[in-house]
Amino acid sequence: MSRKILLEHADVPGIDTFPIYRQHGGYDSVEKAVKMDPMAIVEEVKTSGLRGRGGAGFSTGIKWSFLDRKSNNPRYLVCNADEGEPGTFKDRYFMEKLPHLLVEGLIVSSFALGTHTAYVYVRGEFFWIIEALEVAIAEAKAAGFLGKNILGSGFDLEIYVHPGAGAYICGEESALLESLEGKKGYPRIKPPFPAISGLFGCPTVINNVETIAAVPWIIVNGGPAYAAIGIGRSTGTKLISASGNIKKPGVYEIDMGITVEEFVMSDEFCGGLLEGRTLKAIIAGGSSVPILPAHLAFKTAAGEPRLMTYESLFDGGFASGTMMGSGGFIVLDNTACIVRNTWNFSRFYHHESCGQCSPCREGTGWLEKVLHRLEHGEGKMHDIDLLVSISKKIEGHTICALGDAAAWPVVSAVLHFREEFESHVKNRGCL
Amino acid sequence: MPKFSDASLAKVKEIIARYPEGRHKSALLPVLHMAQAEFGGWLSTETMDYVASVIGIQPIEVYEVASFYTMFELQPTGQYVLQVCHTGPCCLVGADKIIAHLESKLGIKVGDTTSDGLFTLKTVECLASCGTAPVMQLGRRYVENLTEAKLDEMIESIRGNKS
Ligand SMILES: Cc1cc2nc3c(=O)[nH]c(=O)nc-3n(C[C@H](O)[C@H](O)[C@H](O)COP(=O)(O)O)c2cc1C
Ligand code: SF4
Ligand code: FES
Repeated sequence: MSRKILLEHADVPGIDTFPIYRQHGGYDSVEKAVKMDPMAIVEEVKTSGLRGRGGAGFSTGIKWSFLDRKSNNPRYLVCNADEGEPGTFKDRYFMEKLPHLLVEGLIVSSFALGTHTAYVYVRGEFFWIIEALEVAIAEAKAAGFLGKNILGSGFDLEIYVHPGAGAYICGEESALLESLEGKKGYPRIKPPFPAISGLFGCPTVINNVETIAAVPWIIVNGGPAYAAIGIGRSTGTKLISASGNIKKPGVYEIDMGITVEEFVMSDEFCGGLLEGRTLKAIIAGGSSVPILPAHLAFKTAAGEPRLMTYESLFDGGFASGTMMGSGGFIVLDNTACIVRNTWNFSRFYHHESCGQCSPCREGTGWLEKVLHRLEHGEGKMHDIDLLVSISKKIEGHTICALGDAAAWPVVSAVLHFREEFESHVKNRGCL
Repeated sequence: MPKFSDASLAKVKEIIARYPEGRHKSALLPVLHMAQAEFGGWLSTETMDYVASVIGIQPIEVYEVASFYTMFELQPTGQYVLQVCHTGPCCLVGADKIIAHLESKLGIKVGDTTSDGLFTLKTVECLASCGTAPVMQLGRRYVENLTEAKLDEMIESIRGNKS
């Protein structure tokens, strides 16, 4: 079953305009929220079990409750719309379809956090989305939902759109803040965490587009109603970007709880593999998460059906599981080459490393080089273990998680597909 | 010397006002995008110096930022910059072939510009369009679900309009 919470009205003609959006219940949550105690909204979000949709899956309500409300500095809400993780395109789809739902979420979230300025940091390549968001913001303002004294509540809020300029690392929250301050996207050493010292040194909450967009539904329907969807600590719905070797690539909103098999094979979602092809592997959460071979994709190591939840995808840890990540679901069939794909991703991480710390700067380049020679038939057997050894030297030894993100796909590919690497050595390249 | 139009200067002022007092440096990325669009599709040293003076920061602060972000061109480009995605998901569905086709069709290698100055061919990392791969960015928009035929038609029509 697909449940539409975020995308319920996505295909209504004109839903990107204020009047039509409003006719479909748009901005109702703002009317309700401004009559509530801001802390009650934070509690509602906590109760909902909503977890950050940007990749790490941290509880949004708890993150919000860390925000330093005692300092005399202004507080900021920053929306992460940088969407750079390979395999992920849900935020783009969402903002194209429903710019007003993001604006609505930003208003309610800002009210809850007591912020009077919110910034949306949008991937610079999305010129048309930047324009659409600016139009939506202007329309909401003209209707009294933004600006001074929103709906007579005494609450003031401005939302500004800020373009990035092509740097994956600026999706990392502290690099994003640096970028928003007009600097190079160098991740900051933590602590201090943004909730204490973030944008301009002020308390800041950073949330992904999809996270913010879930807030209006939670406020209108209540945290418990949201928590009732999904399984265990995977509450609510999740947008999944599906790509690779499937019949129907696209963005799907799922109930967290359907099986991976249903997601890949049913016509409601990916539509299955192309004729005559067999499944080789899946990458469930964007290029940064461990790759899973076919026999661990639909079933866990214990033989249970694998579900599209944070917990089930992680079942087995890195030995036989993966992660939900950003929900960038990439399917590889028997025509795909694992070595080639791994080399491709390591080139990506090398290119995107900000260069601040040596394990990442040097390690990603080294991984790329070794994988390049393996893919191009110049590798030796010992190169395979070398890959693992380099990865282990990066993992956990860097300022930000890009280092880990570069290491995990390589380690897991070698773990699950060692014979394919060996065959590249023996046969001097791809067969 | 580059100089923004009055309308652009007003826009720059409006952008600076989005950030708190004393945080005008935050306007750098948006203003660099404006400058690149207005001054020939790339950022010369003169353009960067001008941006520094308009925002009120040091030129070095502009150089280090402009060279960090891939969307900023520090060399002149062709009139049309074809930026084809070559990251994993796109390659699973044929991006490599598309790039090879473009190289042979345009008679240049990735990174080069055609001798008539019309096209520059570049590869870029994931454009967040993997569901409609292969894909490229062309100016301010994306061209999705690329096929060789679609590209041939596009290139011919651009060439046709020029001759
Ligand atoms: C290298 C790197 C890239 C990231 N890219 C993104 C991104 O494009 N979009 C995003 O929302 N989060 C991204 N994140 C995660 C953010 O740092 C942050 O956790 C997230 O925006 C928090 O929002 P959430 O709690 O709503 O998920 C990235 C993290 C890393 C380490
Ligand atoms: S891990 Fe890589 S991307 Fe992150 S700060 Fe270090 S060098 Fe930069
Ligand atoms: S891999 Fe090409 S758009 Fe994502």
